[in-house]
Amino acid sequence: MSIWYALCDWTGAEFLQMTFMKNALLAVLIMVPLFGLLSTMIVTGKMSFFSDALGHSGFTGIAIGVLCGAASPMLFAVGLAVLLALLFSYVRARTNQAADTLIGVFSSTAVALGIFIATLGGGSFTKFNRYLIGDLLSVTPAELGLLALVLLAVIVLWVLASNRLVLTAVHPQLAGSRGISCRRYETLFTVCIAVVVTLAMSWVGLMVINSLLVLPAAAARNVARNLRQYHLISVCGALACSLAGLLTAYQLGCSAGATVALYLALFFAATFCLRKKAA
Amino acid sequence: MIPFKHSRTGDCEHACCLRVEDLCVQAGGSPILSHIDLHMHCGQIVALIGPNGAGKSTLIQSILGQREYSGKITFHDSHGRQTKLRIGYVPQSPRFSPGDPISVLDLFTCCISRRPAFLRPTRALREKVLACLANVHAEALIDKRVGTLSGGELQRVLLALALEPMPNMLILDEPLSGVDVEGMTLLMDMLDEIRRKFDLSILMTTHDFSMLERYCDRVVLLRGHILRQGTPLDVLNSDEFAEAFHMTGGGEA
Repeated sequence: MSIWYALCDWTGAEFLQMTFMKNALLAVLIMVPLFGLLSTMIVTGKMSFFSDALGHSGFTGIAIGVLCGAASPMLFAVGLAVLLALLFSYVRARTNQAADTLIGVFSSTAVALGIFIATLGGGSFTKFNRYLIGDLLSVTPAELGLLALVLLAVIVLWVLASNRLVLTAVHPQLAGSRGISCRRYETLFTVCIAVVVTLAMSWVGLMVINSLLVLPAAAARNVARNLRQYHLISVCGALACSLAGLLTAYQLGCSAGATVALYLALFFAATFCLRKKAA
Repeated sequence: MIPFKHSRTGDCEHACCLRVEDLCVQAGGSPILSHIDLHMHCGQIVALIGPNGAGKSTLIQSILGQREYSGKITFHDSHGRQTKLRIGYVPQSPRFSPGDPISVLDLFTCCISRRPAFLRPTRALREKVLACLANVHAEALIDKRVGTLSGGELQRVLLALALEPMPNMLILDEPLSGVDVEGMTLLMDMLDEIRRKFDLSILMTTHDFSMLERYCDRVVLLRGHILRQGTPLDVLNSDEFAEAFHMTGGGEA
């Protein structure tokens, strides 16, 4: 961390004088490539609604954690999100209901349960506000270490399994005929989203976290012609928007997560206008 | 065992051969396929026809090993030794979402290479994919997005994919649906070329009977069991064929 702090001081940028800004910047640099990568697969696999539902379940997990008096309710949240992801895969394989219907069922149940627990015995809901809006500036060095580990894990997963994940997402029949177990890869990926969404929730905010998981890839799809461009545009675009968002949030004193999401929306609009030329 | 004449090599003794013996498949207690006996030799194109719900897809899934069955499916090489069957499969209605930013090269990379498709492909990999596409005369499609291909183009790309690694047998599920007449002739000419070049057997299901006589060695008419099999002319002119496809008054057999 000290190397990073020294590096920040060396740049001499005014907004990097405060330690929490240094932490926040590093968090963005770690978290955003992670989101950029995951978003390519979420959008290809038509799972954008699903990642949203996982965010909601993360909130429920935190509510349960607080109820149990846990020191770190985050662990409960990750646990519950993973559980929900597995349960969702299980139910989906055994029913002919459309996936978005099932997601609606799970998502609303999770939110209802979360609010039920949070307000149990006349409890106040306000203590959960920080999870709804998120506070990027509250990130601690220990949490940064955890994020870096998760990024590393996702990169390893991507190098080893992204080919199969793509194939499973775009053409399950073809994947199956080439001996790929679609079910296993789908489950692996949903667990992966569950962990990342829940971990990042308290910094980015439950309300806007899905924008980070959908917008980068959605924007990249407007112009990308192959998987390489798709990944590159998604990750780089997300990084640029996040840095701009962080700076703007610092200047205006607003929520960083929301500002980043707005920049990403602009990014989408820009690529949307360029889409004809690329087609 | 149902006797038939192989068009080129005579009998099972001298050609590699897929043998399906007394195959039965059940779903929820009721039989979908019963007592299927089928021999397929290398170099043959066999068409599997039958009305909807006849069990064509079930038979294919059984041969692919994606479905439980009773009976035996074995493969023997030209010396009569039992060997492992490698199947190249071209799935039915292979549609990609038009917005997917996945090029034909990416699709091949995902299927045949361990190198992540989001990295720049090596020159060797590109050469290999071009060689695969050359089998179906589709080299020009390598950088096109899979979602923008026409039905016929996509079939050819998937066919090239099914030929890597080289299988003993090719299975195509409704390759002619959604393809125009010109595309059909092109595709069938290509299958004809492939079976000669690589000496593999080709099994295809189809609802289009116009191509059968010109291209297929044998036709198998299926409805829960094999109603009739033989040369295209024999099957198409049979009473069983007329009953299965034209006379709707009769109840289910």
